[in-house]
Amino acid sequence: MRPGPGGCCCRRPVRANGCVANGEVRNGYVRSSAAVAAAAAAAGQIHHVTQNGGLYKRPFNEAFEETPMLVAVLTYVGYGVLTLFGYLRDFLRHWRIEKCHHATEREEQKDFVSLYQDFENFYTRNLYMRIRDNWNRPICSVPGAKVDIMERQSHDYNWSFKYTGNIIKGVINMGSYNYLGFARNTGSCQEAAAKVLEEYGVGVCSTRQEIGNLDKHEELEKLVARFLGVEAAMTYGMGFATNSMNIPALVGKGCLILSDELNHASLVLGARLSGATIRIFKHNNMQSLEKLLKDAIVYGQPRTRRPWKKILILVEGIYSMEGSIVRLPEVIALKKKYKAYLYLDEAHSIGALGPTGRGVVEYFGLDPEDVDVMMGTFTKSFGASGGYIGGKKELIDYLRTHSHSAVYATSLSPPVVEQIITSMKCIMGQDGTSLGKECVQQLAENTRYFRRRLKEMGFIIYGNEDSPVVPLMLYMPAKIGAFGREMLKRNIGVVVVGFPATPIIESRARFCLSAAHTKEILDTVSRKFHFPKRMLCSKSACLSDEINHLLVIMVSTHLFAGEISHLLILMVFKHLRYLLVIQSRSSQCY
Amino acid sequence: MDTWRPPVQGICLPRSASGPARTGLSPSLTAQARGGGDQRAAAPAQAPPPRARDVTVPRHARVDVPVAFRKEAQRLTMANAAEQWVLVEMVQALYEAPAYHLILEGILILWIIRLLFSKTYKLQERSDLTLKEKEELIEEWQPEPLVPPVSKDHPALNYNIVSGPPSHNIVVNGKECINFASFNFLGLLDNPRVKAAALASLKKYGVGTCGPRGFYGTFDVHLDLEDRLAKFMKTEEAIIYSYGFATIASAIPAYSKRGDIVFVDRAACFAIQKGLQASRSDIKIFKHNDMADLERLLKEQEIEDQKNPRKARVTRRFIVVEGIYMNTGTICPLPELVKLKYKYKARIFLEESLSFGVLGEHGRGVTEHYGINIDDIDLISANMENALASVGGFCCGRSFVIDHQRLSGQGYCFSASLPPLLAAAAIEALNIMEENPGIFAVLKEKCRKIHKALQGISGLRVMGESFSPAFHLHLEESTGSREKDVKLLQEIVNQCMNRSIALTQARYLDKEEKCLPPPSIRVVVTVEQTEDELERAAATIKEVAQAVLL
Repeated sequence: MRPGPGGCCCRRPVRANGCVANGEVRNGYVRSSAAVAAAAAAAGQIHHVTQNGGLYKRPFNEAFEETPMLVAVLTYVGYGVLTLFGYLRDFLRHWRIEKCHHATEREEQKDFVSLYQDFENFYTRNLYMRIRDNWNRPICSVPGAKVDIMERQSHDYNWSFKYTGNIIKGVINMGSYNYLGFARNTGSCQEAAAKVLEEYGVGVCSTRQEIGNLDKHEELEKLVARFLGVEAAMTYGMGFATNSMNIPALVGKGCLILSDELNHASLVLGARLSGATIRIFKHNNMQSLEKLLKDAIVYGQPRTRRPWKKILILVEGIYSMEGSIVRLPEVIALKKKYKAYLYLDEAHSIGALGPTGRGVVEYFGLDPEDVDVMMGTFTKSFGASGGYIGGKKELIDYLRTHSHSAVYATSLSPPVVEQIITSMKCIMGQDGTSLGKECVQQLAENTRYFRRRLKEMGFIIYGNEDSPVVPLMLYMPAKIGAFGREMLKRNIGVVVVGFPATPIIESRARFCLSAAHTKEILDTVSRKFHFPKRMLCSKSACLSDEINHLLVIMVSTHLFAGEISHLLILMVFKHLRYLLVIQSRSSQCY
Repeated sequence: MDTWRPPVQGICLPRSASGPARTGLSPSLTAQARGGGDQRAAAPAQAPPPRARDVTVPRHARVDVPVAFRKEAQRLTMANAAEQWVLVEMVQALYEAPAYHLILEGILILWIIRLLFSKTYKLQERSDLTLKEKEELIEEWQPEPLVPPVSKDHPALNYNIVSGPPSHNIVVNGKECINFASFNFLGLLDNPRVKAAALASLKKYGVGTCGPRGFYGTFDVHLDLEDRLAKFMKTEEAIIYSYGFATIASAIPAYSKRGDIVFVDRAACFAIQKGLQASRSDIKIFKHNDMADLERLLKEQEIEDQKNPRKARVTRRFIVVEGIYMNTGTICPLPELVKLKYKYKARIFLEESLSFGVLGEHGRGVTEHYGINIDDIDLISANMENALASVGGFCCGRSFVIDHQRLSGQGYCFSASLPPLLAAAAIEALNIMEENPGIFAVLKEKCRKIHKALQGISGLRVMGESFSPAFHLHLEESTGSREKDVKLLQEIVNQCMNRSIALTQARYLDKEEKCLPPPSIRVVVTVEQTEDELERAAATIKEVAQAVLL
């Protein structure tokens, strides 16, 4: 059930060549040998073994450990208990035994149809509210390597927050998507942006097609095209809207969209708005994609049996919740074989992958021409906001005339444009320094170092070895809150996510690495993990009062079965207890 | 005997009650079984053993009725002479019938059963394609190009290029003009105070937020701005989005789901249309600003609801309107809408992008303009890209309504938050608006002036309220083709631009709009435009229009 030490070795098999940076080893797929695959299967792991080793120029190590059965059961039990308590508390609230904190409908509108669906509210009220303090933590500094967080307090069990006026200084920021460290309030980017701000102001007050097309936008688009190595590019004011407002311009009725099951909400929304038929393939699963492609072409549209007008594959470069990297070489091979079009969302991968930060296409050493639509955002690596689409000139011309965003939405703010221009030039080395290149390398180094550390410590982490998004599995709902709070106590800001952002049993914490993180910072972060781990391993500690510490235990591949069964019994007990005490804890300030 | 009897009673009828055809076997078999006919009926059980031997059937084919069974049957009939069992007769018949006949009958019975249980017709099973055929199909398939080619002279392909700030004096395509096209109503775009606030923020926070609101993307500036907006609008809560378009487009689907009903004005802007599409609700379009038409639809719905009250109890109803319509420049009749709201129990969503910071004594928008309690409107949404001259949008209303978007507003949850410098700029813009409430009266006066001056141009018709800072100039008579109309209007715009008046046509996606408005030139009034400039603009437009259209 739980992978023993053998499972560990197969999570990073053939370390000897798997670790080599920047593709010195050609075709690192020795590990896809039958023996390794068998070992992986035996250890009960879903292990991505690549069949098309020849397409890859660098090792592609990606692991998604299957949730151990007991953990899954316990997690469901956890949700069950939470739900039961939820019903109980709803009952108490209904009879006014417990005070209602949430806002209610106006008296005048009580006889209107209820604005909300029942379940939605139940979840928010009874589950989310208990651990709400882990999200929306307000910060009051640059979202750099360290960040200042405003301390807040809740006296009514997270229903409302009061700001104490204190500031928690120097919290290590493992949550922001500041991959290359361009979130800065000093330096060349800031200076350039300030200059443009003085000259242009902040707004544009018009759309691109009307009178909001500034010279700055044109300059940016030329630069983006050069950066990506494509013929032309177009930029938009919001990353989310880049997807949701442009996909409908590309496909419509009679077209087919093949979308990865874990695609971002913006891609899903865009696909839905387009009116095309949407089919979902399993996450990063090329067999699944190929089957869909084949069936689509062979059988055509349902009912009418007409052939599809066109097929668009929607994938992301790095999946932000899984930390996985798209199997781009295979996707491109499939796309070529079946004459489909490829829409690649590089929101997280642009800047963060590839030897010079050109994203997942460069990471795999591919030709940008093979990707029909290169989409990405400026929010993450460039420390700005907005999004772009790059591709052939015909595509961009078409978008300039038909993109919803170009016609109806205000264009990018000039200082934001300048931030993108400067940071992009920096990555390209056009500012005359090697700073950008160093940042890209630093990020790659940090990624490998941090991932290695966590693996060595026995945590279950998801995703690709080279992905700067590192999800650490927590599984149980109570641990979401506990982990987030305990880490903040230790001055580390992490992102914790649970249902509905993840499958119900796969709650996780997510670390986003940054070039701004130093080795010391990463060591501090990983050292802080040691503490709860030690607590976990000694029995006396388990019985101690530090419930939270216990809950932060990892479902580790290193633990021996005996210890585990012992601990699991304890965990059930503590889990229940935790739910009871969680309320008193949440009123403390964080 | 007891063990044998119950099933028999179940399947057979006493002979007295049933004719031969009711025995369950086909008539021919029964007839065969009868042999001599009805005269034997008095003592049917006596005959079987000897008669069986009379039939010439190969021995092995005979149904081998056990002796005990036969005896039992005899005993039964002997015992109850009154009750004469058909079954016995049947068994006898079976025993006596020739084998070929039994086989034939058996086949026929099986055939009938088969006919009964099989479908009357069968779908021609699609013969599975062979691998080779599939490959051929894949080889054959030719997709359409990803995008159709765009003709070089597409009216929207070549954008105007603005060098420098798009403020009051704007340089379009190298030509310096007075700006009558940007929605910079209050002239806050190049306001030094706004710039200074944004700069201070830039120096503190940098540019980007590097995360969505949930994950360390909430800055103190965002909280301040939300607070300020809520106070300014006198509502309980406000929520900010990082993109104006995404605001109403995310807010609508956060509340209205599949099965809900949305009543929407025909002239609603594109963002509303996309929000409605994303919500997958039932859309009922009423004629622009026609309250009678809206009431008709509401009444129809009421009748529908009475037919199915259970469904009606869970069907939410919304009315989505704009304060000043982007596509027409007209104002919505809010007092009537509020009346209808309470009468038919539908919630009102009001999009105020053009009226926020414009209408009302303090610039609070349509509600203030009409003196309506803002709590009567369920949700107000506006963008900060027009009057506030920043970027982004906000929704405000009661916490009960607004707070829901913090988890359900897609554009809020899944998008990076607003860059703090833009939020800081918006706060400063709000400060300026609060400090100079006179500014709104000035704007109104200017609108009225140019509106009046533009009346009576032959060939052009002014569309929009006299107090609306953005209104449309339509062709009085269409040439019949949209393309030609657009060209004509573009000619007017170009010539005005040559004479230093920057105008723009209102752009639409012809194929995407639900109810495509006719082509028009959109004139935007700002407080920065002097009386002189307003007069000059009106005169220029008049002259150019005359030259182009006549």
